[in-house]
Amino acid sequence: MPEFLLNALLAGLALALVAGPLGSFVVWRRMAYFGDTLAHAALLGVAVGLLLDVSPTLAVTVGCVLLAVLLITLQQRQPLAADTLLGILAPSTLSLGLVVLSFNREVRIDLLGYLFGDLLAVGPSDLLWIVAGSALVLTCLLALWRQLLAVTVHEQLAQVEGLPVAGLRLALVLLIALVIAVAMKIVGVLLITSLLIIPAAAAQRHARTPEQMAIGASLLGMLAVAGGLSLSWFEDTPAGPSIVVCAAGLFLLSLALPRRTP
Amino acid sequence: MSNALIRLQDIRVGFAGQAVLQDVQLSVKPGEIVTLIGPNGAGKTTLVRAVLGLLKPDSGTVWRTPKLRIGYMPQKLQVDASLPLSVLRFLRLVPGVDRARALAALAEVGAPQVLDSPLQSISGGELQRVLLARALLREPQLLVLDEPVQGVDVAGQAELYSLITRLRDRYGCGVLMVSHDLHLVMSTTDQVICLNRHVCCSGHPEQVSNDPVFVEMFGEDAKSLAIYHHRHDHAHDLHGAVVSQPGLSIHGPAHIHGPGCKH
Repeated sequence: MPEFLLNALLAGLALALVAGPLGSFVVWRRMAYFGDTLAHAALLGVAVGLLLDVSPTLAVTVGCVLLAVLLITLQQRQPLAADTLLGILAPSTLSLGLVVLSFNREVRIDLLGYLFGDLLAVGPSDLLWIVAGSALVLTCLLALWRQLLAVTVHEQLAQVEGLPVAGLRLALVLLIALVIAVAMKIVGVLLITSLLIIPAAAAQRHARTPEQMAIGASLLGMLAVAGGLSLSWFEDTPAGPSIVVCAAGLFLLSLALPRRTP
Repeated sequence: MSNALIRLQDIRVGFAGQAVLQDVQLSVKPGEIVTLIGPNGAGKTTLVRAVLGLLKPDSGTVWRTPKLRIGYMPQKLQVDASLPLSVLRFLRLVPGVDRARALAALAEVGAPQVLDSPLQSISGGELQRVLLARALLREPQLLVLDEPVQGVDVAGQAELYSLITRLRDRYGCGVLMVSHDLHLVMSTTDQVICLNRHVCCSGHPEQVSNDPVFVEMFGEDAKSLAIYHHRHDHAHDLHGAVVSQPGLSIHGPAHIHGPGCKH
C-alpha cells in the first residue's frame, strides 16, 4: 500500500473512531445544524489564520468557540429561534471566510480542499496532528461520559444533582470545535457534520444502550472510511465525498435491516 | 424555625421588569410536607427553581442547611427518542447506583416491572414513579416535587400521594410539593401555601375522608386527600396585580388558617 494511502486510511479511521461517540451526542442533543454552522465558521477561521499567520488549526478552534459564545449570547438577547440564528450565522461566516480569503492575494490556497477535504494529501505531520487531536477528544469524552449523558437527559435535574451544567455544555462545544478542526483536512468544512451524524444515526436503530450506539457509530464510520477510500482508489473518485456516500449507504442499509426485538 | 432545611425570606424575582414573586417567605423542616398551590403564572415553578438554586432571586435570602441533599422530581422528562436509554440506565446516572439499588428504589415506588424497559416506552404514571425513584436514590433530606401527579388519573393521584406520605414517614425527609389542583391537596400536608405572585394565604388543609363526594370519586384512597378551603382578602386582575374588592381590605393583616378554621 502506498504511504499516502496508508496515511489517509489511518487519519480517516482515527477521526471516525472519535466521531462515533461525539456524533451520538450531536444526534441526542439535536445539535446537527449547530455542528454544521460551526463547520461553516471553520473556513472563516482558516482565512483569518492565514491573514494573521497563525496555525489554521488553532484559528479554527478559536473561531468555533467564539461563534458558539456569540450564538448563546444572541439566543438570550433576542426572540429569534435558534435555527433562524444558525441559518444566519452559517452562510454569513462561510461567506465572510471566502471574502477574507480573497483579500489575501499573496497566498493561493486550495479552496476546494478546504470545502470538501483532501484526504489523500495528508502528510506525516498532518497524520500526527489528526491522531493526537482525536486521542485528546476521545479521552475527554470518556472522562466526561456519564456527566455529559446526565446533562443530555435532563439539564435541570443534573444541575440540582450538582453537575456543572454550563461547563459541560461548553466542553461539548469545545470538543465539537476540535473535531471540526481535525476533520477539515479529511472531509472538508461542508461535509464534516455528515461524518458526525450519519454513522450515529445508522447505529441508533440497532442500539439498546447509549454505549452500543456510540461504539456502533465508530465502527460504521470506520467502515465508511475504508469503503470510501477503496472507492476513491479504484474508481478515482474524490475521497471525502466517497466516504460520505459510503456512510449514507450504510445508513440506508441500517433502515432496511430488521430492528432487533427487545 | 431554627431546624429548617431551607428558609427563603422576602424573595423577589422579576422577569423583564415584571415582578413574578414578591415578599415570599417559605421554610421546610425535616419531616414536614409543604404544598404550593396557585393558578397558572402564579410563580410556583419560579419559586421551586429558587429553592433548587437554579435561579437567583433579585432580592431576599435563600438559606440552605449546609450540604443539603435535594431529591428533585421535575415536572416532565423529555428524552430525545434517538437516545437508547433503559430505566435502569437512567437510574444509574445517579453516581454509585447499581442494579440492586435501582430495583429496590423502583420496588419502593411500585414500579419494579419497568426496570429494563426503554425510558421512552413507559406510561406517564410509570414515568412519574421512575422520576420519584431517581429522587429517592439520592437519599434526599429534602424532596422537591414539581406537580408530581400531573397526567395521572384521579385514582392514581391518590395512590401517588399516599406513596409520598409513606416515603416521608420512612426517610423523615422534608417535602416541598407543587400541586396542580387549586383546592385538593395531600391530607398529610402540614402547610399549604397559596401563591399568586405573593403568598396570598397559608394554612392547614382539612381531611376529606368523610366527604361522600370524594369517597365516591377516589374510593378508599380519599383518606389521602384533603381540601384547602380558603378565601382571600384581596383579588387579582388578569395581570396578576392585586386589586381591591368591595368589603375587603387590601393586604390587611394576612389571615393564617389554623387547624380549626372553617369558612
